[in-house]
Amino acid sequence: MPDLAKTDAAQAVEGKPHFKERFFVRFTRAQRSMHAVLFSTFLGLAATGLPMRFSQSYWARKFASGVGGFGTIIFFHKLCALVLTVAFLIHVKEIFQRGLLNREKGIFWGSTSMVGNWKDVKDLLGHLRWMVGLGPKPQFERYAYWEKFDYWAVFWGMVVIGFSGYAMWFAPFFAHFLPGWALNAVLVIHSEEGLLAILFIFSIHFVNTHLRPDSFPMDMVIFTGVESEEEFRTKRPQEYERMVREGKLEKRLGEKPAVWLVNFSRVAGFTAISIGLILLVLTLSAYFRE
Amino acid sequence: MKSFFSVPVTLVACALLIGAAPLRAQSKSECLACHADAGLQDASGHSVSVDEHKFGASIHGSLECVNCHAAIKGYPHPDKVTPVKCDTCHTDEAQGLAGSVHSNAAEHPCTSCHGDAHQIYPKTDPKSAVYPLNIPRTCSACHADNGMAKKHGLAPVYPSYIDSIHGFALSKEGLLVAANCQSCHGSHHILSRKDPASPTNKVNVPATCGKCHAGITENYLGGVHGKAIASGNMKAPVCSDCHTAHAIEQPTADAFRMRSTPICGSCHTDKFSTYRDTFHSQLGSLGGYVETARCWDCHGAHDVLPASDPRSPIASGNLVTTCSRCHAGANASFVKYQPHANARNRTLNPALYFIRLFMNLLLASVLTFFVIHTVLWLIRSRVDQIRRKAVEGGKNA
Repeated sequence: MPDLAKTDAAQAVEGKPHFKERFFVRFTRAQRSMHAVLFSTFLGLAATGLPMRFSQSYWARKFASGVGGFGTIIFFHKLCALVLTVAFLIHVKEIFQRGLLNREKGIFWGSTSMVGNWKDVKDLLGHLRWMVGLGPKPQFERYAYWEKFDYWAVFWGMVVIGFSGYAMWFAPFFAHFLPGWALNAVLVIHSEEGLLAILFIFSIHFVNTHLRPDSFPMDMVIFTGVESEEEFRTKRPQEYERMVREGKLEKRLGEKPAVWLVNFSRVAGFTAISIGLILLVLTLSAYFRE
Repeated sequence: MKSFFSVPVTLVACALLIGAAPLRAQSKSECLACHADAGLQDASGHSVSVDEHKFGASIHGSLECVNCHAAIKGYPHPDKVTPVKCDTCHTDEAQGLAGSVHSNAAEHPCTSCHGDAHQIYPKTDPKSAVYPLNIPRTCSACHADNGMAKKHGLAPVYPSYIDSIHGFALSKEGLLVAANCQSCHGSHHILSRKDPASPTNKVNVPATCGKCHAGITENYLGGVHGKAIASGNMKAPVCSDCHTAHAIEQPTADAFRMRSTPICGSCHTDKFSTYRDTFHSQLGSLGGYVETARCWDCHGAHDVLPASDPRSPIASGNLVTTCSRCHAGANASFVKYQPHANARNRTLNPALYFIRLFMNLLLASVLTFFVIHTVLWLIRSRVDQIRRKAVEGGKNA
């Protein structure tokens, strides 16, 4: 990825043509805030959920006693869950309002929708063919198929983990309309789905979005909201062309991110990724020792 | 107690014997003419002085020296005299001792427990080495991590005892009723716990503890464990199997609650492993939150009864009450929750088994697909990047 902190002068010294690099907006401030809330609460939930899932492991007990025992762990687990629930409800309300009340286009279908379509299937197959050298690289739109998968995995995950979590939290209440065996089932579902989310986010999402060579070491666009024209053109050529064709490209122009924002994003992003990778190692070690 | 009643009788007997002796018995004052000297030593350097006042205050203070030192018939007496035989008078104690673990008189003379032979007090006297509050310290001379216990490969039980709830009651609270060593082991006729006659033999433990804990023992004898022991099933636990023998803790204390489930689990391994899969255990293992249900919170501790017994807290009619102790508002549906469900057992818990299977398949398939996808992608991207770099000298390498 281009080094956003570098000055134009520095780029000129490296032998680049001296023109002002343009930046385009990909994510709004609200979307970036949503991601920040999502990843902080997710890290919190993972860090407090894993010791409970692997409560027999050495590190879980050490961690628990270090932070003040199980009481502290469940307190922060519930706190993060509440914050994430609020964020989730805000998101659902927004979809409802924009898609159903305001009849905004591109929410449920079309090139900018998160909903999967035939192109995603073709892109997936084409991408796999390209990986093994059997075809050209697909031209991705605004959201590539793996990004849509990430979105729906998190969406489904929040519904499933959230519901099963609240069913345990308020078990006597849920017992009014759930059969008794469901109270056993919710723990199995909660822990397995949580484990899937943790393993997926801390390995697949990290690599697909941040650690793959085209974005290494981190895709800053979710933090700064903007990406360079070159990045836009190479990563999402179909969207770029559509913008040009529809004459909307200039409307998407954004500011080059400030140095403090880039640095702050790096610190926040690398902290999140590091915590995630540590938790991934602990999870795998505990899982295979079980 | 026996020794108290027999003292006057034996004194009379001793007096008669002395009276019948052909030689004139020496009086105390004659002996003390020499032995009152605090520095008096025998040939091997041992002190042979006697403090007249202290001896006079002791339980044997009214006796003459020769009543015990019977080998001495006159003055001057030989340098070496035969040792005193306490069993001349204390026959019952001597008999008890003879068959006990302390029968070797050379290793365990009476004075090793009763202290200085000239300063022996009744066991009701706080100065006595065998006064209830002094007994643990007296026994610790050998049964701490030193001395005889070490020599014979016995566990150093004194430190465990003195930090236990009994030791605390005795040493800190000063309670005479607190169990001391001899409350459980007896005094003169101490037997190995392997001996069926020993009060610490497994089969006798409930009765031994029941001397004080009568109510608990009654509950215990009515429960499955007590009945099993009574019917000769020695695998069932007695008091000490759960509470330990010496390091007994306050059972409601956090430390014991935290340690308690593995104790039951050491026999009930299948129940322990399914308990570990539940939230009760996951919470409980992490510490700092000891309220979560342990075995006995649901099953009872001493009067454990099978679910088929209507008196059992886990009998179907009592479950709402039992669960409600922690889960306010628990209803009939709530108590259908299985605290020992086994998601790995298809016949016992089919619904749970298939849910777990589905979740595992979902987890495995998603991860397998994406790991392959990502690895291929990584390789291809890197190859492309290196090629691009070769062409452009590009910045993405």
